[in-house]
Amino acid sequence: MVERQSPLEPEFHVGSHGNFEHGVDILLTETRPGSIVQLAAWPGEEKRLIAAIRSVTGLALPDGAGGGVNDGVKSVFGFAPGKFTAADDAEGLAAAFAKAVTPEIGTVTDLSHGRTAIRIAGPKAEWVLAKFFAIDFALPAFPVGAGRSTAHHDVFAQIQRTGADQFDIYVFRSFARSFWKALCHASEEVGYEVQ
Amino acid sequence: MLITCPYCGPRGVIEFTYQGDGNRERPDPASQNFEAWNAYVYDRLNPAGDHNEIWQHSGGCRAHLRVVRNTLTHEISSVAFVRGDHGSAARRKAEDKA
Ligand SMILES: [Zn+2]
Repeated sequence: MVERQSPLEPEFHVGSHGNFEHGVDILLTETRPGSIVQLAAWPGEEKRLIAAIRSVTGLALPDGAGGGVNDGVKSVFGFAPGKFTAADDAEGLAAAFAKAVTPEIGTVTDLSHGRTAIRIAGPKAEWVLAKFFAIDFALPAFPVGAGRSTAHHDVFAQIQRTGADQFDIYVFRSFARSFWKALCHASEEVGYEVQ
Repeated sequence: MLITCPYCGPRGVIEFTYQGDGNRERPDPASQNFEAWNAYVYDRLNPAGDHNEIWQHSGGCRAHLRVVRNTLTHEISSVAFVRGDHGSAARRKAEDKA
């Protein structure tokens, strides 16, 4: 297996930064999933696509727009009508979906090299993200597992809440370093650790 | 101005792109009815009040939306998917929109 280079590398500085004298309130890391796949159902085929997602990943999507689920290894969430993002620590998810999602059901797009997944966690994660995105990050409005599509200064972002105070943000690989730097700056005031 | 996307919930107008007047009816592409084409390209109601508009949630789910916006107050009285078959996706619970 070829080692994949991170676009964040020149700005990825492991350790504590910013105002951390009184503790670190943010953890930043890159989750580096082996697979990132986008799935889209043709009109009327959404239920069959959801069934295919279940057969490939073992994950049962909850009902509702932006619904999603994460088991610590694999994750999936809706980001648009009839469209879903799925990620897996292992490689090969796109090939598995290509078998299960027949041309009659919809399309499979392998974005494993096209997106970078950044994880922000900690008691101030909602606070820092609220400085970037004009959406409601409170737990009742944005439950664990759910996904949201939004943008920060025209950088599209798909955000999945993977814990009560943890979010995974999928951004274009080409914008990822700039977005990462901005995220680091925004986390300085509360103290952050890069892992 | 906030537009409540049926999929994403309420979002700032900066996430949306205006796609034009929602009252237009495109003639058959083979049509040579010049008056119908002229009306499609140029005639606009320009109302002072409720206006049918097409917006795309370009900075979000990217769905195209039918929006009724009051041109005097910017009040938005209705938002729906342009594509009727997206109706099944409009499952966001009412309390999520608040
Ligand atoms: Zn939307």
